[in-house]
Amino acid sequence: MHLYELPLLFVLVGLALYTVLAGADFGAALWQFGAGRGPRAERVRDHAHHAMGPVWEANHVWLIFVLTVLWTAYPVAFGSLASTLSVPLFLAGLGIVVRGAAYALRSGAASDRELRSIDAASAAGSVLAPFALAAAVGGVASRRVPVGNAAGHLFSSWLNPTSVLVGVLAILTSAYLAAVFLSADAVRRGHEDLASAFRGRALTAGLLAGVVTVAGPLVLHADAHPLYRGLTHGSGLAAGLLSGLAGVGTLTLVWRRRFEPARYTAALAVAAVIAGWALAQRPTLLPGLTIQAAAASHDTLVAVVVAVLAGGVVLFPSLALLFRLALGGRLEEGDGEADESPAPVPSRPWVMDSGLPARAAGACAVAGIGFLTVAEAGWAHAIGVLAFLAAVVLGFLAVAPGELEAGRP
Amino acid sequence: MSAGWLVVGSALGPVEQEHLLQARQMQALSFAVHIPLVCFGVAFPALVLFVEWLYRRTGDELYRTLARRWSRIMVALFAVGVITGTILSFEMGLLWPNFTATFGGVFGLGFAIEGFSFFLEAIFIGIYVYGWDRLSPRAHLLAGLPVVLTGFTGSLTVIAVNGWMNHPQGFRMAQGKAVDVHPFAALFENTYFWHELVHMYLAAYIVTGFVVAGIYAVGRLRGRWGRYERTALAIPLTVAALAAPVQVVVGDWNGREVAREQPTKLAALEGLGRTERGAPVHIGGWYSGGKVKWGLPIPHGLSLLAFHSWDARVRGLDAVPPRDRPPVNVVRIAFQAMVGIGTLLALLGLVFLVARRRRRRWLDARWFALAVALAGPLSLVALIAGWVVTEVGRQPWVVYGVMRTTQAVTGAGGIPVGYTTLALVYLAVGVGVVWILRRLARAPLAGGPPDSEPVTSAV
Ligand code: HDD
Ligand code: HEM
Ligand code: HEM
Repeated sequence: MHLYELPLLFVLVGLALYTVLAGADFGAALWQFGAGRGPRAERVRDHAHHAMGPVWEANHVWLIFVLTVLWTAYPVAFGSLASTLSVPLFLAGLGIVVRGAAYALRSGAASDRELRSIDAASAAGSVLAPFALAAAVGGVASRRVPVGNAAGHLFSSWLNPTSVLVGVLAILTSAYLAAVFLSADAVRRGHEDLASAFRGRALTAGLLAGVVTVAGPLVLHADAHPLYRGLTHGSGLAAGLLSGLAGVGTLTLVWRRRFEPARYTAALAVAAVIAGWALAQRPTLLPGLTIQAAAASHDTLVAVVVAVLAGGVVLFPSLALLFRLALGGRLEEGDGEADESPAPVPSRPWVMDSGLPARAAGACAVAGIGFLTVAEAGWAHAIGVLAFLAAVVLGFLAVAPGELEAGRP
Repeated sequence: MSAGWLVVGSALGPVEQEHLLQARQMQALSFAVHIPLVCFGVAFPALVLFVEWLYRRTGDELYRTLARRWSRIMVALFAVGVITGTILSFEMGLLWPNFTATFGGVFGLGFAIEGFSFFLEAIFIGIYVYGWDRLSPRAHLLAGLPVVLTGFTGSLTVIAVNGWMNHPQGFRMAQGKAVDVHPFAALFENTYFWHELVHMYLAAYIVTGFVVAGIYAVGRLRGRWGRYERTALAIPLTVAALAAPVQVVVGDWNGREVAREQPTKLAALEGLGRTERGAPVHIGGWYSGGKVKWGLPIPHGLSLLAFHSWDARVRGLDAVPPRDRPPVNVVRIAFQAMVGIGTLLALLGLVFLVARRRRRRWLDARWFALAVALAGPLSLVALIAGWVVTEVGRQPWVVYGVMRTTQAVTGAGGIPVGYTTLALVYLAVGVGVVWILRRLARAPLAGGPPDSEPVTSAV
């Protein structure tokens, strides 16, 4: 592994995580919409919504991560593919907007009709986004994205057999992942009936995805021969087989109601497909552009690697915390127990109503003006900004405490 | 196309784009939607945490109700901030692929680091907002802190990128490529972004403070004026009232920085056609034929403000050829709007602070509520106007002095279609957001407020 490939590895890991985590989110939207009517359907919908609520924003940031690392470390490749694939990327963006807006809106919906129309929009976005993103990937994989500013075809670059195959697969995989995850969540919460409901959905979606995957080689053989060759030889083949095994394994686990391990094998199946694609295509990124040639300069690559590793040190423990809390059911609206039980010490007002903070705030503000406006040096400006910060904090103490409105009858 | 191609070149080579204007407008629209939301992402968590802290400290249920209600609104706005930000990230490639292809290696790092801020912000906002009921009070309060911090670091890195666009460094151009790239130096050794960061960060508190306070002020005008509403108005208003006067001083610092590094932008801000000593400023008026007409002149004002000297020489627009000048009136009017509004807001803030220390009764008066209600939308106008000053004032460059916007733009067709679609989608989202905010403001909360009817207390 060379330095110039390392950021690409990050990109692929990010893409795999996005496919799995955001995929499950898109899939949940589909099941929510497909639940139908009636009290049972309502439980299915609520379950799908509440399981994803606390995590969806974090899940979607993986896409931002992929984009930013890509454009920093492989700028020419990014510019080329973003311009040629502008239509599917724009559509994906719209899909994400609709999905995200639906999240924001759903918490305010009151009637069943409102909920259903929000869910319908959300489902439409959740079909559009994975399809469009995957179709864009299909365009790259089938070598339809040349180097240059919008140098490829605006439509056939992503509306072609390979792209459609990958796009359909992405929708089915999303539905499948969501069903597997939601079954596992239902078991954790002790809703056996919901677990069964999602188990059936998982099996159906999984089988469908399997059928499409089996048809895949035929399409690739005809439409994207280099990719086909890569996937049927050497390490590409190995990854493909691993994915197949993980896929079959997941179905078996779901069948036997072992949902928790099925989460991970399902994720593995997706990751292996992405790895297989990368291995099959290595060392070219776009036609005529190797990874090495596409990579940014040495300093930039080092900076990206350092930034990602350092960021990861903070990120992964935080993500672990989030998922632990979410899976442990700690992020739900409840009866307000924890909030209530250790009742706060009652009425300990925080008044410190003397003239001191006010005068100190005034002094800091005067110092701030001096350092920021009269003085010219950079260090003086820094002091000036800090002085103003102090002035604001002190001013806040001076103003609010004495007569916070709540203190008045 | 212009000769700029030959001089500078770019990674993906030249293109023809007949819809450059629409591309710029699409970018502007996307920003105009994102940035107000960002203000809430930056400043609202601090307000919510403060109110929760008050609850823990005093045990007054009122604060709990307020903090919970605000945190619901916060998460809804955050979600919209996330999606509009995602669109912006896409647009870096969809609209300006040549900019990204040529300079991604230089400035991209800023966004890559920013990505981690977003991650942490999204993670902890999830924990905070959904953890009210089942986390211990301490853990819950602590979960809010990273949200406040990452709001700052996120702004820092994104503004560092903007600072670099205004004052590029850390690379050299050779045959249309950026070589000798030092991304850390480009972004963080560049000192030309601190003023933007401080100014934007204050703006976030000003906007959040006045908008939130303004909403309760509207409620006050409609007769909703209990203990709950007064508290909900006083806290954000105090924050905004403190930040607004500071913003004037900081804005003056911004002006001096612009004068030093971007003289053409400064000339556009003030409508200074010709280079002169002891240059005046004009209040109001319209720039045409190289000077400001119908404006109120203040002799020597510009030299004094920008260079602290009575007779300093200020470079006018004539220092650069016409094709290197930004559209003067757009920039200038935006600037005047921002400064005018900024001055009014600062006055309102000072009046409020003094009156409050002296416990003036008229703080409950209708006219005061009306002023606060107006301050909310005005602060939004100032915010957008400020960004128009910075971004349009940098035109025709996307990277000041290095790459023109015409070179950055995509060669793909269909920009007008994309622009129209995005505008319609954002319109729908906007309607949706207003709808949800009204709903959330009314929805009763578990363990609702003790003495204030939830239904009557609008946001
Ligand atoms: C609530 C918002 C708000 C208010 C009240 C003000 N500003 Fe501002 N201004 C902004 C919000 C803003 C901003 C956040 O929109 C900008 C855009 C870029 C930046 O750094 O901050 C800005 C930019 C900006 C710039 C251009 C900086 C550059 O291009 O690098 C100048 C010279 C000023 N401001 C000056 C002022 C002055 C003299 C003000 C007061 C009287 C003022 N601003 C009030
Ligand atoms: C951190 C980075 C950036 C910030 C904070 C920023 C901010 C803004 C804002 C707020 C506006 C004006 C909104 C309005 O007119 O209503 C704007 C306009 C614009 N921005 Fe930026 N921008 C940034 C990066 C970019 C990038 C990467 C590009 C791409 C090349 C860009 C190109 C433009 C253009 C072309 C306009 C429209 C100007 C016009 O209408 O004349 N900006 N930007
Ligand atoms: C070129 C300019 C910009 C781009 C590409 C951009 C991109 C993004 C993205 C992708 C998100 C979503 C993050 C998530 O998924 O959680 C976001 C949100 C955010 N952006 Fe921007 N942004 C830009 C301009 C700005 C500016 C000018 C600021 C201001 C200071 C800013 C601050 C933030 C913050 C704090 C959030 C968190 C979401 C929120 O609190 O609403 N961004 N932005």
